[in-house]
Amino acid sequence: MRRGARFWLQLGLTVLVCAFLVVPVVMSVLAGLSVNFFVGVRSGLTLRWVFEVWALYADTVYRSIGVALACLACTLVLGVPAAYVLVKRQNRWTRAIEELLVLPIAVPGLATALALILFYGQLGGFRTSWTFILVGHVLFTLPFMVRSVVAVMAAIDMKTLEEAAASLGAGFRERFFGVILPNARPGILAGSLMVVTLSMGEFNITWMLHTPLTKTLPVGLADSYASMRLEIGSAYTIVFFFMIIPLLVAMQYLSGDGGKRQGWNRAR
Amino acid sequence: MEPGAVSIRLEQCGKTFPDGTKALAPLDLEVQAGETVVFLGPSGCGKTTLLRIIAGLESPDAGGRVFFGDDDVTALPIERRNVGMVFQSYALFPNMSVAENIAYGLKVRKLEAPARAARVAEMLAMMHLEELGHRRVDQLSGGQKQRVALARALAVRPRVLLLDEPLTALDAKLREGLRVEIDRLLRSLAITAVYVTHDQAEAMALGDRIAVMERGRIAQIGSPQEIYYRPRTAFVADFIGTMNRLAGRADGAAIEVPGGRLPWRGPAAERQEVLFRPEDVRIADGAQAHLRGTVVAAFFLGDHTRLMVDTGAGQPIAVETSERRTFRAGEPIALNVDPEALLTVGREP
Repeated sequence: MRRGARFWLQLGLTVLVCAFLVVPVVMSVLAGLSVNFFVGVRSGLTLRWVFEVWALYADTVYRSIGVALACLACTLVLGVPAAYVLVKRQNRWTRAIEELLVLPIAVPGLATALALILFYGQLGGFRTSWTFILVGHVLFTLPFMVRSVVAVMAAIDMKTLEEAAASLGAGFRERFFGVILPNARPGILAGSLMVVTLSMGEFNITWMLHTPLTKTLPVGLADSYASMRLEIGSAYTIVFFFMIIPLLVAMQYLSGDGGKRQGWNRAR
Repeated sequence: MEPGAVSIRLEQCGKTFPDGTKALAPLDLEVQAGETVVFLGPSGCGKTTLLRIIAGLESPDAGGRVFFGDDDVTALPIERRNVGMVFQSYALFPNMSVAENIAYGLKVRKLEAPARAARVAEMLAMMHLEELGHRRVDQLSGGQKQRVALARALAVRPRVLLLDEPLTALDAKLREGLRVEIDRLLRSLAITAVYVTHDQAEAMALGDRIAVMERGRIAQIGSPQEIYYRPRTAFVADFIGTMNRLAGRADGAAIEVPGGRLPWRGPAAERQEVLFRPEDVRIADGAQAHLRGTVVAAFFLGDHTRLMVDTGAGQPIAVETSERRTFRAGEPIALNVDPEALLTVGREP
């Protein structure tokens, strides 16, 4: 098959754009693995910086994972029932609430964080604990969970499924756990991955809410860029990639079937 | 376990939705034990609302009461009414296999596994689904899905069976087949059933009685023959089958209508409207014809031909004939109307 100039032009442009986006990432990874960034790869490859990052910042990694999982638990407990009610009771109020759900995403994270600090900053124990960060993360990620679950519940015509189950004698608990949750699973799964990914990478809110003792991974990253050798900051990025890329791949995979209808990307 | 057939009685059941829409004017209705009543009407006539009140998915306005036999079930939610329900959209549980769907109601009722399996096998056999027990529901055709839904609804031996437009989502051919099957089921099980549809052919075929509904009321209820031959309102007459209408001055022996005179023994009146069906019109030869007109259009339908005849009245008259000849547009034609078949209906309320 002969391909015309048009094809090669398009291919060239695509490769160029990809290179424009990917090369900096590769450079950063290489920087994290080089013995000396200023000399370049010629200076040799090493895992020294990665180990050093681990020694310095392992706590931020664990904390980020912990916050992300706690955030997931909160958004599941709050978000799934909320989505259920929003789908089941379609009226003026629930529609308004659905619209308002965008707010925590639309409002800059710094503003959200400032509001939290102004209001709860005096509660010493709370202010200095990691749960303070958790609250910010839940605020920010909850809408993603709710939207994702709402989309799937609406797509499977949950109302009629529930009526069918009720007609067969199932009480609320049996319906919710036996019919609604299993059939909403694709949405819950997609929402969960989204929440974990967003929480892991969240910087704006966390940067305001953190204390020196409650740094998360992205905050630690900023800290290392600002105060450490470039190689360490870059090695830190590698660690971050290792954590976030599997999540992103899983999310992409899920959006192939279950998450079809949830067209949400990170909105900032 | 076998509760037997039970009657359904509605007393003053009306429904006003929270936004103020009056879906249903308060009405009384009794469905005999073992009887099939079809709610027939255009969309928005309240037929589905009425079904949902019987099911327990909606509650009637204050004062309305629902009885199953002697039990007042008004306050019971659907899950405690022991009804079987079949939905237009099938509403099968996608997370379960065919057999698991059918077993769901039994499982909820805590029936032992062996008894459950036996009942599921029995239902699969009854609906000719033996081969499909382990299938996922998204691997079924529409007709199969609705048969599974019927099996699921009947597996729990419900007191009444409620069907909400069960054939509407199917294509014409499947619809016919499943209609026959539903008919067979309703007869052989002798279960009390309420069937909602907007399709008059379905209603005629399945209903022991038909309740024709219009704007939140029952316009007429009766056997299919009563509804077809003796419609009480113009709405019912028009909704079921094709109805011709002509109006003119009545003089005690006939009505003077555009195109001729129709024999009519009713009282004299300045304006009397009469209705008749296309199959009650015969093609006449010449002198004694009641009506004269010209053929506007002819549709050959195989077993009969449908003619549209212009007699000078506003609307052409529909005529059904089994004469085996070709009719041409523009050809003059003489018609006789069976005097026994002429109907009058009351004015619309």
